Amino acid sequence: MTINKLAALAITATMAAAPVMADLVIPDLSYRTGPYAAGGTPFSDGYQDYFSLLNARDGGIGGETVSIVECETGYSTEKGVECYEATKGQGALIYQPLSTGITYQLIPKTVADGIPLHTMGYGRTSAANGEVFNWTFNYPANYWDAASVMVNYLLVQNDGSLEGKNIALLYHNSAYGKEPIRTLENLAEMHGFSFTQIAVDHPGQEQKSQWLQIRRERPDYVLMWGWGVMNQVAIQEAVNIGYPMDQFIGNWWSGAEHDVTPAGAGADGYLSLNMNRVGDLPVFAEISALVHDQGNAAGDGDNLGNVLYTRGMYAAMLAAEAIAKGQEIHGVADVTPAMVRDGMEALEITEARMEELGMAGVGPAFSVSCQDHGGNGLGIVQQWNAEAGEFVALTDYISPDDSVTLPLIMEDSAAFAAENNIEPGCL
Amino acid sequence: MFYREAGDFKTSYVEDNQTFPIKFDRWRYWAVLAVAYLVIPFIINDYWANAIFVPFLIYAIAAIGLNILTGYCGQVSLGTGGFMAVGAYACYKLMTGFPEISIIIHIILSGGITAVVGAAFGLPSLRIKGFYLAVATLAAQFFLVWLFNKVEWFYNYSASGQISAPERFVGGVAVTGANTQAWAQYMICLIFVTVCALVARNLTRGTMGRTWMAIRDMDIAAEIIGVNPLKAKLTAFAVSSFFIGISGALFFSVYLGAVEVGEAFGIQKSFLVLFMVIIGGLGSVFGSFAGAAFLVVLPVALKLIGVDLLGWPTDLVSHFQLVFVGALIMFFLIKEPHGLAQLWRVVKEKLRLWPFPH
Repeated sequence: MTINKLAALAITATMAAAPVMADLVIPDLSYRTGPYAAGGTPFSDGYQDYFSLLNARDGGIGGETVSIVECETGYSTEKGVECYEATKGQGALIYQPLSTGITYQLIPKTVADGIPLHTMGYGRTSAANGEVFNWTFNYPANYWDAASVMVNYLLVQNDGSLEGKNIALLYHNSAYGKEPIRTLENLAEMHGFSFTQIAVDHPGQEQKSQWLQIRRERPDYVLMWGWGVMNQVAIQEAVNIGYPMDQFIGNWWSGAEHDVTPAGAGADGYLSLNMNRVGDLPVFAEISALVHDQGNAAGDGDNLGNVLYTRGMYAAMLAAEAIAKGQEIHGVADVTPAMVRDGMEALEITEARMEELGMAGVGPAFSVSCQDHGGNGLGIVQQWNAEAGEFVALTDYISPDDSVTLPLIMEDSAAFAAENNIEPGCL
Repeated sequence: MFYREAGDFKTSYVEDNQTFPIKFDRWRYWAVLAVAYLVIPFIINDYWANAIFVPFLIYAIAAIGLNILTGYCGQVSLGTGGFMAVGAYACYKLMTGFPEISIIIHIILSGGITAVVGAAFGLPSLRIKGFYLAVATLAAQFFLVWLFNKVEWFYNYSASGQISAPERFVGGVAVTGANTQAWAQYMICLIFVTVCALVARNLTRGTMGRTWMAIRDMDIAAEIIGVNPLKAKLTAFAVSSFFIGISGALFFSVYLGAVEVGEAFGIQKSFLVLFMVIIGGLGSVFGSFAGAAFLVVLPVALKLIGVDLLGWPTDLVSHFQLVFVGALIMFFLIKEPHGLAQLWRVVKEKLRLWPFPH
């Protein structure tokens, strides 16, 4: 035991002493292994490639080069905590763990350490209340927005009324999957549809009984909160029982190419939300030329342009813009995590800025404030075209019903504030 | 030369019965304790606490618990993760239900609650043995995880189904919550580990431990010489679950701070603790520590060597780790079925004879 410990001690001591050369350190808590790797890999590739592009094209952000520290979490909270502790001492500016479970661990830790946490479209929804969650941001959209956007889309499809319809939620039985339940219950009451919850346990490879229930009850719509291997299995099972694909809607973590391709032609017509637009953006050509062709691609480079790659790149863009904003506010290039937080709170993404960055319309235009860390919550509905092998946007950005989500956010964040003795206010 | 019984005269029964009959062992034991209590708390930082020491200490308690059941009493259990979940959820309900009572008492009570649950799930062991018992405890694992996911009362009706530990203090120092200092986190685990290890060591040396071992070695013979199998098996389940419950409570409140039952206390956790016990050595308290240290330190060390030193891609290192741990387990099962503890025993034997082996 002692020999083992000593050996590790010696190794880590040498590691901890090695300084990080670049100035802006951005940890990437990625997962390229395990049952969720299919989603984690393209996201991480996009995230890293965008920073590599900034380094290659602009010499970093505001003249400071960006250094990515990758740490494999395997979507496990324990490893996530270890990664956080291992990277935070290196001057980490912002964390984006891409896992709701790890987010719950990191919310209190980041507050204690003063490092901003950005959970784009995942994590704790009530973090949208910036007065309680000073260091946590979840713009541009959150789960409750997603639930509301789905119902709003269905309302349009059904001429404004869901009275008497039966809607089922197929969800990952974890904090992630349980998030939308409360919103959907409220919406069910409001619009008069009946709401069924069907849980799928981690990792989600076995869903026979769930789909048997769907086959028996034949709900009018099935909404899905899935991730990783669960998505592929669910779509395959839906094909197997002949459930109509255009009544099966995944959220924005259940609508990427790798989720639908295993089911082949049967998955044609599958619907899902997206918080960013897909399609060929000019920035991809730049990444291809300046990053991939130079041999600096993260991963093997074949994810360029797919749904989650685009989202990872979008997340990196939001982080880079926030860092630039922080540099602008404080007038220094070598920013601290606290300055990045100020930048995030003053962030304003406009159509013109996105166009300038070569990704016109990739996301909605929105702005962040001290009170509102959640953005405007817009989402599009996209449909899978199996023949062409791509997702096609069916709608423009749909707004969520803030009158439903906002009271829930206030209620949940007030409960969190009371539990943790937080006095709501701006920093 | 320095490691031998000769010359170490004992003049009372108490001295004769002490845990470490050899002087060198006693000194080593006190030296380890001194380093653990007087040196490490002053040099520990967040990374060391969260990546190595706190998980090592907590898993050591769990491994001691499982070792009592599997190593000493011979009852195979795959329900460790589920019992850790009982400890964690009991601790959470107590912490939120009675915030004015000390967290120390809550953790001990969580152990007690887990002991009751463990004894209840131990009842089938009176009728079934071996693989069949393993399957019965597997049922406990799945049932308990399902229960904590399904019944909202256990997580206080929170929207996400997560439980998160509020801030609690011992003597004015935060030991749970995000503002906990690394040394406080480490110390509370260390104190629990020390007490648990002492209790376990002495239980296994006394009547109770001997009845467990009698049941393990041959239950029919034990019954004939007057060991009550009902009492022996149920106490083994209860004591084992008590330790596992404490480790679950610490795992949730001190180490992670927020827990999701399916992810943190799934079947993998049961296997992990079982591997610790097997690699460390069945039927040995030292083996529990060795196994826990091995399986906690190994992934971190592999990651440091692979990613930071050699610069390999993180996914490659992560996959390699699975291969490496699997290969090691096979190696140990073939070459040293009695685990790391046996290596230590062999070293001690050799030391006794050194430097004149003939």
